[in-house]
Amino acid sequence: MLTVEEIKEIEHAIKLVPYKKAASVEALKVVQEHRRWISDGSLRDVAKFLDMSPEELDSVATFYNMIFRKEVGKHVILVCDSISCWVMGYENLRDQLFSRLGIKFGETTSDGLFTVLPNCCLGTCDCAPALMIDHDLYKNVKADELNDILKKYS
Amino acid sequence: MERPLTQHIRKDGRPLTLKEYEAVGGYQALRKLLVMTPKEVQTLVKESNLKGRGGAGFSTGLKWSFVPLDAPKPKYLITNADEMEPGTFKDRILLESTPHQLIEGMIIAAYAIQANISYVYLRWAYKTAAQAILTAIDEAATSGYLGKNILGSGYDLEMHLHIGVGRYMCGEETALLNSLEGKRATPRAKPPFPQVSGLFGKPTIVNNVETLCCLPHIINNGADWFKKLSLTGDAGTKIYGVSGKVKRPGAWELPMGVTLRELIEEHAGGMQDGLKFRGALPGGASTDFLVEEHLDVKMDYTSVAAAGSRLGTGTIVVLDDKTCPVGFVENLEHFFAQESCGFCTPCREGLPWVEKILSAIDSGAGKIDDLKLLEHHTKFLGPGNTFCAFAPGAMEPLQSALKYFRDDFEKHIHEHRCPY
Repeated sequence: MLTVEEIKEIEHAIKLVPYKKAASVEALKVVQEHRRWISDGSLRDVAKFLDMSPEELDSVATFYNMIFRKEVGKHVILVCDSISCWVMGYENLRDQLFSRLGIKFGETTSDGLFTVLPNCCLGTCDCAPALMIDHDLYKNVKADELNDILKKYS
Repeated sequence: MERPLTQHIRKDGRPLTLKEYEAVGGYQALRKLLVMTPKEVQTLVKESNLKGRGGAGFSTGLKWSFVPLDAPKPKYLITNADEMEPGTFKDRILLESTPHQLIEGMIIAAYAIQANISYVYLRWAYKTAAQAILTAIDEAATSGYLGKNILGSGYDLEMHLHIGVGRYMCGEETALLNSLEGKRATPRAKPPFPQVSGLFGKPTIVNNVETLCCLPHIINNGADWFKKLSLTGDAGTKIYGVSGKVKRPGAWELPMGVTLRELIEEHAGGMQDGLKFRGALPGGASTDFLVEEHLDVKMDYTSVAAAGSRLGTGTIVVLDDKTCPVGFVENLEHFFAQESCGFCTPCREGLPWVEKILSAIDSGAGKIDDLKLLEHHTKFLGPGNTFCAFAPGAMEPLQSALKYFRDDFEKHIHEHRCPY
């Protein structure tokens, strides 16, 4: 079931486009903003609201990197793995992060706090390596700063 | 040296408010614009020789001229702010720091094609930019620069911010349109071109952020002034960037046509101590390597093309002599394999194959015939064999790496290990 708040936000997105289906990406964003990820149930509810089949909506949902079709933790850590960060030491940063959290890409810590994912170029290549946690961008990240960065999230 | 696009950017990067932008001459071009005809604007921009700064380098005025001016409404103007080319970080600066400059440029472009609806298609990762643009759109609308009957001219323009959900393909203009329509971001067949049948089947222009930011200055100062900013035949200034193991990575607005050497040695401060320059991608991940012999190439569309590569986005990624060129290219092809939209077979199947071969070579399991296989792919995934320019772009760094760093590939294969 979509909440009243979610429906209000999706209806606002529908107003800006010529037909309902065109708001599909926006609608997925709305639900993910409220629930962190898009479960099969959420997908079906959104599809019904937009007069789409769940399969058609899923073809859109699974296309985009930032729509999560698997459950993610409270905070999502995106590590830039593109070329400038790779040159500037991405692999070491990634390995340090893995060992600090005890998980690998695509996994969530057992307390549900962090999910770590690889991510394409974050567009801050002059300050590589970079990572992003939720809405926060971290530049020129050194492996020994990871503890202090992660402490900010609970 | 004139830096029209970036001269008013604050050191801390905080965006100029509407009042601050107006105080430095902001929205004066809009007043001049509204007494011109759309055709006059198109002609002026054509004469200025402004070329698209998103990578393709097509004449902006010419692109606009394909929109039928008498077409039924609505028509659309879209800013491509989905900056995701690896190694590219130039539009971010303009989006975060001078949002009103972009909005004024968008009004000019929209007016030139008589569009009444406009979108900024922004990359999700640019959170600071999103806030700056939302605030600026509100300010502009409150002051009568957007909305109905702009400054009493009878011209209407609404503007919306659309934040994407991440996929490199969204930067391709027809894929971007599909994405805005709530579909998978796969490319469309051309023709029909978006100028005739674009967003929701209506005439649409998609322009890059930096391109649009040039427009207020062209309206204010004229086509000749814009041409004279450049050192070469390609007009204007360019925001160049350098990343990799140089002393001072960064981005700078400079006259179009400065040399690769000047960018790396002067602006980026040269290579880090103990490292030597080995090569560079001149304009993002999908451009051919330039090497030492190209250091004096002028960084404009024409000269970089003559050197066998593309200016692309003008943001340079440097390869040094202690970084493995095979690993470097493997990283690029991993990106392309992962970001391929999967719509056409050669790209969907070919790129993961290329990545696997490179990974095998890098880990010491490569065979000498693998180099032939890679060369085969650079041709069969090249221009004309795929639905869009994605796979040909992916082949550019690979084909030039095979040419310039062949010894490194062979050494990996013969020694069964990565020598770096």
